[in-house]
Amino acid sequence: MSEEREPVTRIVTPVRVEYTYTPGVASERFLRGVREGKLLGAACDSCGRVYIPSRGACPRCATSTSEFRELSDKGTVITFCVVRVPAENIDVELPYCTANILLDGADISFTGLIQGCPFEEVRIGMRVQAAWKPESEWGFGIGNIEHFAPIDEPDVPFAKLKEYS
Amino acid sequence: MRDVAIVSYAQTPYVRSERHRNEVEMLMPIIDEVVTKSGITRQDIGFTCSGSTDYLAGQCFSFVMAVDAVGAWPPIKESHVEMDGAWALYEAWIKIQCGEVDSALIFSFGRSSMGETAETLTLQTDPYTMAPLGPDAISMAALQARSGLDAGLYSERDLAEVAARNRRNALTNPEAQLAGEFDVDALLEAPYRVSPLRDHDCPPVTDGAAAMVIATADVARNASSKPVWIRGIDHRLDCHQLGSRDLTRSPSTELAGQKAGVGTGKIDIAELHAPFTHQEIILKNALGLDDDVRINPSGGALAANPMMSAGLARIGEASRQIAGGAAERAVAHATSGPCLQQNLVCVLEG
Repeated sequence: MSEEREPVTRIVTPVRVEYTYTPGVASERFLRGVREGKLLGAACDSCGRVYIPSRGACPRCATSTSEFRELSDKGTVITFCVVRVPAENIDVELPYCTANILLDGADISFTGLIQGCPFEEVRIGMRVQAAWKPESEWGFGIGNIEHFAPIDEPDVPFAKLKEYS
Repeated sequence: MRDVAIVSYAQTPYVRSERHRNEVEMLMPIIDEVVTKSGITRQDIGFTCSGSTDYLAGQCFSFVMAVDAVGAWPPIKESHVEMDGAWALYEAWIKIQCGEVDSALIFSFGRSSMGETAETLTLQTDPYTMAPLGPDAISMAALQARSGLDAGLYSERDLAEVAARNRRNALTNPEAQLAGEFDVDALLEAPYRVSPLRDHDCPPVTDGAAAMVIATADVARNASSKPVWIRGIDHRLDCHQLGSRDLTRSPSTELAGQKAGVGTGKIDIAELHAPFTHQEIILKNALGLDDDVRINPSGGALAANPMMSAGLARIGEASRQIAGGAAERAVAHATSGPCLQQNLVCVLEG
Protein backbone atom coordinates (compact mmCIF):
# COMPACT_ATOMS: atom_id res chain seq x y z
CA MET A 1 0.00 0.00 0.00
CA SER A 2 1.45 3.34 -1.03
CA GLU A 3 0.21 5.07 2.16
CA GLU A 4 2.58 2.95 4.16
CA ARG A 5 5.64 3.87 2.13
CA GLU A 6 8.04 6.65 2.97
CA PRO A 7 7.31 9.77 0.89
CA VAL A 8 9.69 10.66 -1.94
CA THR A 9 11.79 13.44 -0.47
CA ARG A 10 14.62 13.78 -2.94
CA ILE A 11 15.34 13.40 -6.62
CA VAL A 12 18.46 14.47 -8.47
CA THR A 13 18.02 16.10 -11.88
CA PRO A 14 21.40 17.41 -13.05
CA VAL A 15 21.36 20.67 -14.98
CA ARG A 16 24.22 22.08 -16.98
CA VAL A 17 24.15 25.28 -18.98
CA GLU A 18 27.25 26.48 -20.80
CA TYR A 19 28.10 30.07 -21.69
CA THR A 20 30.73 31.81 -23.75
CA TYR A 21 31.07 35.00 -21.80
CA THR A 22 32.46 38.18 -23.31
CA PRO A 23 33.10 41.05 -20.91
CA GLY A 24 32.36 44.13 -23.02
CA VAL A 25 34.49 47.00 -24.29
CA ALA A 26 35.66 48.51 -20.99
CA SER A 27 36.23 45.29 -19.05
CA GLU A 28 38.08 43.79 -22.00
CA ARG A 29 40.42 46.76 -22.08
CA PHE A 30 41.08 46.29 -18.35
CA LEU A 31 41.79 42.56 -18.81
CA ARG A 32 44.14 43.21 -21.73
CA GLY A 33 45.98 45.70 -19.54
CA VAL A 34 46.34 43.20 -16.72
CA ARG A 35 47.77 40.73 -19.23
CA GLU A 36 50.65 43.20 -19.65
CA GLY A 37 50.97 44.00 -15.96
CA LYS A 38 49.12 47.32 -16.20
CA LEU A 39 46.18 48.38 -14.03
CA LEU A 40 43.91 50.46 -16.28
CA GLY A 41 41.29 52.64 -14.64
CA ALA A 42 38.63 54.50 -16.59
CA ALA A 43 37.40 58.01 -15.84
CA CYS A 44 33.76 59.11 -16.06
CA ASP A 45 33.19 61.53 -18.94
CA SER A 46 30.93 63.57 -16.70
CA CYS A 47 32.20 63.62 -13.08
CA GLY A 48 35.78 62.38 -13.64
CA ARG A 49 35.65 59.62 -11.02
CA VAL A 50 38.02 56.78 -11.88
CA TYR A 51 36.73 53.20 -11.79
CA ILE A 52 38.83 50.05 -11.78
CA PRO A 53 37.79 47.75 -13.26
CA SER A 54 35.21 49.76 -15.20
CA ARG A 55 32.20 48.03 -16.73
CA GLY A 56 31.82 50.95 -19.11
CA ALA A 57 29.59 53.26 -17.11
CA CYS A 58 29.81 55.59 -14.15
CA PRO A 59 27.05 54.21 -11.92
CA ARG A 60 26.45 57.67 -10.45
CA CYS A 61 26.09 59.56 -13.71
CA ALA A 62 25.17 56.72 -16.12
CA THR A 63 27.78 58.21 -18.43
CA SER A 64 30.52 56.40 -20.35
CA THR A 65 33.95 56.00 -18.79
CA SER A 66 35.86 56.42 -22.01
CA GLU A 67 39.23 57.82 -20.84
CA PHE A 68 41.53 55.02 -19.71
CA ARG A 69 44.59 55.71 -17.59
CA GLU A 70 47.20 53.49 -16.03
CA LEU A 71 47.01 53.50 -12.26
CA SER A 72 49.74 52.78 -9.74
CA ASP A 73 49.84 49.31 -8.23
CA LYS A 74 50.19 51.01 -4.85
CA GLY A 75 47.17 51.70 -2.70
CA THR A 76 45.60 52.05 0.71
CA VAL A 77 43.63 49.52 2.75
CA ILE A 78 40.02 50.76 3.05
CA THR A 79 38.73 47.78 4.98
CA PHE A 80 39.79 44.18 5.53
CA CYS A 81 38.86 40.93 7.18
CA VAL A 82 40.73 37.82 8.29
CA VAL A 83 39.07 34.65 7.03
CA ARG A 84 39.40 31.52 9.15
CA VAL A 85 36.59 29.38 7.73
CA PRO A 86 36.95 27.25 4.61
CA ALA A 87 34.76 27.82 1.57
CA GLU A 88 34.26 25.84 -1.59
CA ASN A 89 36.08 27.04 -4.71
CA ILE A 90 38.55 29.18 -2.78
CA ASP A 91 42.04 27.90 -3.23
CA VAL A 92 43.81 29.96 -0.53
CA GLU A 93 45.41 28.60 2.59
CA LEU A 94 43.62 29.47 5.84
CA PRO A 95 43.68 31.83 7.54
CA TYR A 96 44.00 34.64 5.02
CA CYS A 97 43.39 38.37 4.98
CA THR A 98 41.30 39.91 2.22
CA ALA A 99 41.08 43.67 1.85
CA ASN A 100 39.46 46.42 -0.14
CA ILE A 101 42.30 48.51 -1.48
CA LEU A 102 41.97 52.00 -2.94
CA LEU A 103 44.61 52.16 -5.65
CA ASP A 104 46.29 55.55 -5.99
CA GLY A 105 44.29 57.56 -8.52
CA ALA A 106 41.15 55.41 -8.26
CA ASP A 107 37.77 56.36 -6.80
CA ILE A 108 36.60 52.84 -6.09
CA SER A 109 38.26 50.09 -4.11
CA PHE A 110 39.72 46.93 -5.49
CA THR A 111 39.85 43.56 -3.70
CA GLY A 112 43.08 41.74 -2.91
CA LEU A 113 44.82 39.47 -0.43
CA ILE A 114 47.17 41.01 2.11
CA GLN A 115 50.34 39.11 2.87
CA GLY A 116 53.81 39.98 4.07
CA CYS A 117 52.93 41.00 7.61
CA PRO A 118 51.21 39.46 10.64
CA PHE A 119 47.41 39.84 10.36
CA GLU A 120 47.37 41.79 13.65
CA GLU A 121 49.27 44.58 11.89
CA VAL A 122 46.78 44.99 9.01
CA ARG A 123 44.82 48.20 9.52
CA ILE A 124 42.65 50.71 7.69
CA GLY A 125 44.87 53.34 6.13
CA MET A 126 47.84 50.99 5.70
CA ARG A 127 49.82 51.48 2.48
CA VAL A 128 50.29 48.41 0.29
CA GLN A 129 51.65 47.48 -3.13
CA ALA A 130 50.84 44.66 -5.53
CA ALA A 131 53.14 41.63 -5.54
CA TRP A 132 52.86 40.29 -9.08
CA LYS A 133 53.35 36.69 -10.12
CA PRO A 134 56.29 36.03 -12.46
CA GLU A 135 55.51 37.53 -15.89
CA SER A 136 55.62 34.09 -17.51
CA GLU A 137 52.49 33.18 -15.52
CA TRP A 138 50.43 36.24 -16.48
CA GLY A 139 47.05 35.70 -18.09
CA PHE A 140 44.00 37.91 -18.62
CA GLY A 141 42.95 37.54 -14.99
CA ILE A 142 43.41 39.70 -11.96
CA GLY A 143 45.10 36.61 -10.45
CA ASN A 144 48.29 38.01 -12.02
CA ILE A 145 48.52 39.90 -8.73
CA GLU A 146 49.43 37.28 -6.15
CA HIS A 147 48.75 39.56 -3.18
CA PHE A 148 49.33 43.04 -1.81
CA ALA A 149 52.14 43.61 0.69
CA PRO A 150 52.78 46.49 3.12
CA ILE A 151 55.15 49.23 2.02
CA ASP A 152 57.12 51.66 4.12
CA GLU A 153 54.92 54.74 3.74
CA PRO A 154 52.96 56.61 6.41
CA ASP A 155 49.31 55.57 6.90
CA VAL A 156 46.59 57.60 5.19
CA PRO A 157 44.32 59.27 7.77
CA PHE A 158 40.79 57.86 7.91
CA ALA A 159 39.23 61.25 7.12
CA LYS A 160 40.72 61.01 3.62
CA LEU A 161 39.30 57.53 3.09
CA LYS A 162 35.84 58.12 4.50
CA GLU A 163 34.19 58.62 1.12
CA TYR A 164 35.41 55.23 -0.09
CA SER A 165 34.76 53.08 2.97
CA MET B 1 -7.83 55.12 -13.92
CA ARG B 2 -5.04 57.60 -14.61
CA ASP B 3 -4.23 58.25 -18.27
CA VAL B 4 -0.74 56.94 -18.94
CA ALA B 5 1.22 57.44 -22.15
CA ILE B 6 4.33 56.02 -23.72
CA VAL B 7 6.40 59.16 -24.24
CA SER B 8 9.59 57.65 -25.66
CA TYR B 9 10.94 54.32 -26.86
CA ALA B 10 14.31 53.13 -28.17
CA GLN B 11 15.99 49.84 -28.88
CA THR B 12 19.44 48.66 -29.90
CA PRO B 13 19.89 47.42 -33.45
CA TYR B 14 18.98 43.74 -33.12
CA VAL B 15 21.89 41.50 -34.05
CA ARG B 16 23.00 37.87 -33.84
CA SER B 17 25.72 38.67 -31.34
CA GLU B 18 26.71 41.65 -29.20
CA ARG B 19 30.14 40.15 -28.66
CA HIS B 20 31.87 43.39 -27.85
CA ARG B 21 29.43 45.30 -25.69
CA ASN B 22 28.27 44.15 -22.26
CA GLU B 23 24.73 44.74 -21.03
CA VAL B 24 25.52 48.13 -19.49
CA GLU B 25 27.23 49.30 -22.66
CA MET B 26 24.21 48.19 -24.72
CA LEU B 27 21.78 49.96 -22.41
CA MET B 28 23.48 53.31 -21.78
CA PRO B 29 22.82 54.90 -25.21
CA ILE B 30 19.16 53.86 -25.42
CA ILE B 31 18.36 54.82 -21.81
CA ASP B 32 19.98 58.19 -22.46
CA GLU B 33 17.87 58.52 -25.63
CA VAL B 34 14.51 57.73 -24.01
CA VAL B 35 15.17 59.92 -20.98
CA THR B 36 16.26 62.85 -23.16
CA LYS B 37 13.22 62.51 -25.48
CA SER B 38 10.85 62.21 -22.51
CA GLY B 39 11.58 65.77 -21.43
CA ILE B 40 11.84 64.48 -17.85
CA THR B 41 15.15 64.77 -16.02
CA ARG B 42 16.68 61.59 -14.64
CA GLN B 43 16.12 62.86 -11.11
CA ASP B 44 12.43 63.41 -11.79
CA ILE B 45 11.70 59.91 -13.13
CA GLY B 46 9.61 58.38 -10.36
CA PHE B 47 10.29 54.69 -10.82
CA THR B 48 12.61 52.39 -12.74
CA CYS B 49 11.78 48.79 -13.60
CA SER B 50 13.76 46.32 -15.67
CA GLY B 51 13.19 42.88 -17.17
CA SER B 52 15.95 40.33 -17.71
CA THR B 53 17.04 36.88 -16.63
CA ASP B 54 20.17 35.51 -15.01
CA TYR B 55 19.85 32.40 -17.18
CA LEU B 56 20.88 34.41 -20.23
CA ALA B 57 23.76 36.18 -18.52
CA GLY B 58 24.96 33.08 -16.69
CA GLN B 59 25.46 35.26 -13.63
CA CYS B 60 23.38 35.60 -10.50
CA PHE B 61 21.94 39.05 -9.77
CA SER B 62 23.06 40.17 -13.22
CA PHE B 63 20.28 42.77 -13.29
CA VAL B 64 21.90 44.65 -10.42
CA MET B 65 24.92 45.46 -12.57
CA ALA B 66 22.64 46.78 -15.31
CA VAL B 67 21.52 49.55 -12.94
CA ASP B 68 24.92 51.14 -13.68
CA ALA B 69 23.30 52.28 -16.93
CA VAL B 70 20.61 54.25 -15.06
CA GLY B 71 22.58 56.56 -12.79
CA ALA B 72 21.11 55.40 -9.51
CA TRP B 73 22.63 58.15 -7.36
CA PRO B 74 21.12 59.64 -5.24
CA PRO B 75 19.23 56.36 -4.62
CA ILE B 76 16.20 55.70 -6.85
CA LYS B 77 13.02 53.64 -6.57
CA GLU B 78 13.88 50.58 -8.60
CA SER B 79 12.47 47.13 -9.28
CA HIS B 80 13.11 44.17 -11.54
CA VAL B 81 11.10 41.32 -13.04
CA GLU B 82 12.68 38.06 -14.13
CA MET B 83 10.54 38.41 -17.25
CA ASP B 84 10.30 40.20 -20.55
CA GLY B 85 10.36 43.98 -20.24
CA ALA B 86 6.64 44.06 -21.13
CA TRP B 87 5.96 42.85 -17.59
CA ALA B 88 8.29 45.52 -16.22
CA LEU B 89 6.06 47.98 -18.08
CA TYR B 90 3.02 46.41 -16.40
CA GLU B 91 4.57 46.83 -12.95
CA ALA B 92 5.43 50.45 -13.71
CA TRP B 93 1.90 51.10 -15.04
CA ILE B 94 0.45 49.68 -11.80
CA LYS B 95 2.80 51.89 -9.78
CA ILE B 96 1.48 54.94 -11.63
CA GLN B 97 -2.16 53.78 -11.28
CA CYS B 98 -1.58 53.49 -7.51
CA GLY B 99 -0.68 57.16 -7.51
CA GLU B 100 2.79 56.54 -6.11
CA VAL B 101 4.66 58.04 -9.08
CA ASP B 102 3.88 60.01 -12.24
CA SER B 103 6.55 58.64 -14.55
CA ALA B 104 8.70 55.54 -15.03
CA LEU B 105 11.67 54.26 -16.96
CA ILE B 106 11.39 50.68 -18.22
CA PHE B 107 14.20 48.71 -19.80
CA SER B 108 15.10 45.15 -20.70
CA PHE B 109 18.11 43.38 -22.13
CA GLY B 110 19.70 40.06 -22.92
CA ARG B 111 22.56 38.48 -24.77
CA SER B 112 21.18 35.14 -25.94
CA SER B 113 24.34 34.53 -27.96
CA MET B 114 26.37 33.67 -24.86
CA GLY B 115 24.47 30.42 -24.29
CA GLU B 116 22.26 27.91 -26.09
CA THR B 117 18.92 29.72 -25.92
CA ALA B 118 16.68 26.82 -26.94
CA GLU B 119 18.22 24.62 -24.24
CA THR B 120 18.33 27.33 -21.60
CA LEU B 121 14.57 27.73 -22.06
CA THR B 122 14.10 24.08 -21.06
CA LEU B 123 14.87 25.20 -17.52
CA GLN B 124 11.64 27.16 -17.26
CA THR B 125 9.62 23.93 -17.43
CA ASP B 126 8.64 21.87 -14.38
CA PRO B 127 11.96 20.93 -12.74
CA TYR B 128 10.82 17.50 -11.48
CA THR B 129 8.88 15.90 -14.27
CA MET B 130 9.62 17.85 -17.44
CA ALA B 131 13.02 19.61 -17.47
CA PRO B 132 14.86 16.28 -16.85
CA LEU B 133 13.43 15.07 -20.16
CA GLY B 134 15.19 17.99 -21.83
CA PRO B 135 12.57 19.33 -24.27
CA ASP B 136 14.12 22.39 -25.88
CA ALA B 137 12.08 25.44 -26.88
CA ILE B 138 11.93 24.52 -30.56
CA SER B 139 10.75 20.97 -29.86
CA MET B 140 8.01 22.25 -27.57
CA ALA B 141 6.91 24.77 -30.22
CA ALA B 142 6.91 21.93 -32.76
CA LEU B 143 4.51 19.94 -30.59
CA GLN B 144 2.19 22.93 -30.59
CA ALA B 145 2.52 23.47 -34.34
CA ARG B 146 1.74 19.80 -34.93
CA SER B 147 -1.41 19.95 -32.82
CA GLY B 148 -2.72 22.85 -34.90
CA LEU B 149 -1.87 21.17 -38.22
CA ASP B 150 -3.59 17.98 -37.11
CA ALA B 151 -6.64 19.99 -36.08
CA GLY B 152 -6.76 21.53 -39.55
CA LEU B 153 -6.35 25.10 -38.26
CA TYR B 154 -3.54 25.96 -40.69
CA SER B 155 -1.28 24.38 -43.26
CA GLU B 156 2.49 24.38 -43.60
CA ARG B 157 2.00 26.83 -46.49
CA ASP B 158 0.11 29.19 -44.16
CA LEU B 159 3.10 29.07 -41.81
CA ALA B 160 5.58 29.83 -44.61
CA GLU B 161 3.40 32.79 -45.64
CA VAL B 162 3.59 34.15 -42.09
CA ALA B 163 7.39 33.90 -42.21
CA ALA B 164 7.63 35.54 -45.63
CA ARG B 165 5.34 38.43 -44.65
CA ASN B 166 7.15 39.17 -41.38
CA ARG B 167 10.56 39.19 -43.02
CA ARG B 168 9.27 41.31 -45.90
CA ASN B 169 7.87 43.80 -43.37
CA ALA B 170 11.27 43.85 -41.67
CA LEU B 171 12.81 45.34 -44.83
CA THR B 172 11.55 48.73 -43.64
CA ASN B 173 12.85 48.22 -40.09
CA PRO B 174 16.53 49.18 -39.94
CA GLU B 175 16.86 47.58 -36.48
CA ALA B 176 15.58 44.15 -37.54
CA GLN B 177 17.99 41.24 -37.81
CA LEU B 178 16.38 39.07 -40.51
CA ALA B 179 14.73 40.79 -43.45
CA GLY B 180 14.19 39.95 -47.08
CA GLU B 181 11.92 38.74 -49.84
CA PHE B 182 11.30 35.00 -49.58
CA ASP B 183 9.42 32.80 -52.02
CA VAL B 184 6.91 30.63 -50.18
CA ASP B 185 7.37 27.65 -52.54
CA ALA B 186 11.13 27.80 -52.00
CA LEU B 187 10.67 28.00 -48.24
CA LEU B 188 8.51 24.87 -48.31
CA GLU B 189 11.26 22.94 -50.08
CA ALA B 190 13.57 23.35 -47.09
CA PRO B 191 14.04 20.34 -44.78
CA TYR B 192 12.36 20.25 -41.39
CA ARG B 193 14.36 21.54 -38.44
CA VAL B 194 12.10 19.89 -35.87
CA SER B 195 9.09 18.53 -37.75
CA PRO B 196 6.76 20.22 -38.64
CA LEU B 197 8.88 23.37 -38.17
CA ARG B 198 11.42 24.51 -40.75
CA ASP B 199 14.10 27.12 -40.15
CA HIS B 200 11.82 29.88 -41.43
CA ASP B 201 9.20 28.97 -38.80
CA CYS B 202 11.67 29.65 -35.99
CA PRO B 203 13.02 32.93 -34.62
CA PRO B 204 16.64 33.96 -34.98
CA VAL B 205 18.90 34.09 -31.93
CA THR B 206 19.15 37.79 -31.13
CA ASP B 207 21.01 40.01 -28.71
CA GLY B 208 19.59 43.38 -27.76
CA ALA B 209 17.93 45.76 -25.39
CA ALA B 210 14.94 48.09 -25.28
CA ALA B 211 13.98 51.11 -23.18
CA MET B 212 10.81 53.15 -22.69
CA VAL B 213 9.53 56.05 -20.62
CA ILE B 214 5.87 56.26 -19.60
CA ALA B 215 4.15 59.10 -17.80
CA THR B 216 0.84 60.60 -16.75
CA ALA B 217 -0.86 63.18 -18.98
CA ASP B 218 0.59 66.20 -17.15
CA VAL B 219 4.13 64.94 -17.40
CA ALA B 220 3.81 63.52 -20.92
CA ARG B 221 3.12 66.97 -22.38
CA ASN B 222 6.83 67.86 -22.28
CA ALA B 223 7.90 64.89 -24.39
CA SER B 224 9.53 65.61 -27.73
CA SER B 225 7.41 63.02 -29.53
CA LYS B 226 3.64 62.52 -29.61
CA PRO B 227 2.39 60.66 -26.50
CA VAL B 228 0.81 57.26 -27.21
CA TRP B 229 -1.86 56.34 -24.68
CA ILE B 230 -2.03 52.97 -22.97
CA ARG B 231 -5.80 52.39 -23.05
CA GLY B 232 -5.72 48.88 -21.62
CA ILE B 233 -3.12 46.42 -20.38
CA ASP B 234 -3.64 42.96 -18.91
CA HIS B 235 -1.75 39.70 -18.54
CA ARG B 236 -2.96 36.15 -17.95
CA LEU B 237 -1.43 32.71 -17.90
CA ASP B 238 -2.17 29.15 -18.86
CA CYS B 239 -1.21 25.99 -17.00
CA HIS B 240 2.48 25.30 -16.60
CA GLN B 241 2.12 21.70 -17.76
CA LEU B 242 2.01 21.46 -21.56
CA GLY B 243 0.02 18.21 -21.31
CA SER B 244 -2.79 19.97 -19.45
CA ARG B 245 -3.30 22.57 -22.17
CA ASP B 246 -5.11 22.72 -25.49
CA LEU B 247 -2.10 23.88 -27.46
CA THR B 248 -4.17 24.85 -30.49
CA ARG B 249 -5.55 27.88 -28.62
CA SER B 250 -4.33 30.56 -26.28
CA PRO B 251 -7.07 31.05 -23.66
CA SER B 252 -4.84 33.40 -21.63
CA THR B 253 -4.43 35.68 -24.66
CA GLU B 254 -8.19 35.60 -25.28
CA LEU B 255 -8.86 36.68 -21.70
CA ALA B 256 -6.10 39.30 -21.58
CA GLY B 257 -7.36 40.70 -24.89
CA GLN B 258 -10.90 41.02 -23.52
CA LYS B 259 -9.71 42.66 -20.30
CA ALA B 260 -7.47 45.08 -22.20
CA GLY B 261 -10.41 46.08 -24.41
CA VAL B 262 -9.11 44.93 -27.80
CA GLY B 263 -12.64 44.50 -29.18
CA THR B 264 -14.00 47.90 -28.14
CA GLY B 265 -12.78 49.67 -31.26
CA LYS B 266 -11.17 49.23 -34.66
CA ILE B 267 -7.61 47.95 -34.60
CA ASP B 268 -5.28 49.29 -37.33
CA ILE B 269 -2.14 47.34 -36.56
CA ALA B 270 -1.06 44.53 -34.27
CA GLU B 271 2.42 43.76 -33.01
CA LEU B 272 2.28 40.13 -31.88
CA HIS B 273 5.11 38.47 -30.00
CA ALA B 274 5.04 35.20 -31.93
CA PRO B 275 8.51 33.67 -32.02
CA PHE B 276 7.14 30.80 -34.16
CA THR B 277 5.00 31.19 -37.28
CA HIS B 278 2.04 29.09 -36.07
CA GLN B 279 1.87 31.17 -32.88
CA GLU B 280 1.00 34.29 -34.88
CA ILE B 281 -2.07 32.49 -36.23
CA ILE B 282 -3.05 31.30 -32.74
CA LEU B 283 -2.69 34.85 -31.39
CA LYS B 284 -4.58 36.47 -34.27
CA ASN B 285 -7.49 34.12 -33.56
CA ALA B 286 -7.27 34.60 -29.79
CA LEU B 287 -7.46 38.38 -30.16
CA GLY B 288 -10.22 38.18 -32.77
CA LEU B 289 -8.29 40.32 -35.26
CA ASP B 290 -9.86 40.94 -38.65
CA ASP B 291 -7.98 40.16 -41.85
CA ASP B 292 -7.50 43.87 -42.56
CA VAL B 293 -5.41 44.40 -39.41
CA ARG B 294 -1.77 44.85 -40.42
CA ILE B 295 0.20 42.37 -38.36
CA ASN B 296 3.80 43.03 -37.34
CA PRO B 297 4.82 45.97 -39.54
CA SER B 298 8.17 45.75 -37.69
CA GLY B 299 8.73 42.14 -38.77
CA GLY B 300 7.95 40.86 -35.28
CA ALA B 301 9.88 38.22 -33.38
CA LEU B 302 10.53 36.24 -36.57
CA ALA B 303 12.71 39.11 -37.75
CA ALA B 304 14.43 39.69 -34.40
CA ASN B 305 13.85 37.86 -31.14
CA PRO B 306 15.89 39.56 -28.42
CA MET B 307 15.09 37.45 -25.37
CA MET B 308 13.55 39.55 -22.56
CA SER B 309 13.03 42.53 -24.92
CA ALA B 310 11.01 41.08 -27.80
CA GLY B 311 7.73 41.65 -25.91
CA LEU B 312 8.52 45.21 -24.83
CA ALA B 313 9.72 45.80 -28.40
CA ARG B 314 6.25 44.86 -29.71
CA ILE B 315 4.70 47.57 -27.54
CA GLY B 316 7.46 50.00 -28.50
CA GLU B 317 7.11 49.25 -32.21
CA ALA B 318 3.34 49.66 -32.05
CA SER B 319 3.79 53.01 -30.28
CA ARG B 320 6.16 54.13 -33.04
CA GLN B 321 3.52 53.32 -35.66
CA ILE B 322 0.99 55.48 -33.82
CA ALA B 323 3.42 58.30 -33.04
CA GLY B 324 4.44 58.30 -36.72
CA GLY B 325 0.82 58.58 -37.85
CA ALA B 326 0.63 55.15 -39.52
CA ALA B 327 -2.04 53.93 -37.09
CA GLU B 328 -4.65 55.38 -34.72
CA ARG B 329 -5.26 52.32 -32.54
CA ALA B 330 -3.02 49.30 -32.09
CA VAL B 331 -2.78 46.12 -30.09
CA ALA B 332 0.59 44.91 -28.83
CA HIS B 333 1.22 41.53 -27.29
CA ALA B 334 4.05 39.92 -25.32
CA THR B 335 4.55 36.28 -24.41
CA SER B 336 6.60 34.29 -21.96
CA GLY B 337 7.05 30.60 -21.24
CA PRO B 338 6.80 27.62 -23.58
CA CYS B 339 4.11 27.55 -26.28
CA LEU B 340 2.58 30.93 -25.38
CA GLN B 341 2.06 30.01 -21.73
CA GLN B 342 1.80 33.56 -20.40
CA ASN B 343 0.51 36.50 -22.37
CA LEU B 344 0.24 40.25 -21.98
CA VAL B 345 -1.98 42.39 -24.17
CA CYS B 346 -1.78 46.16 -24.44
CA VAL B 347 -4.11 48.48 -26.37
CA LEU B 348 -2.56 51.73 -27.57
CA GLU B 349 -4.15 54.86 -29.06
CA GLY B 350 -2.87 58.10 -30.51
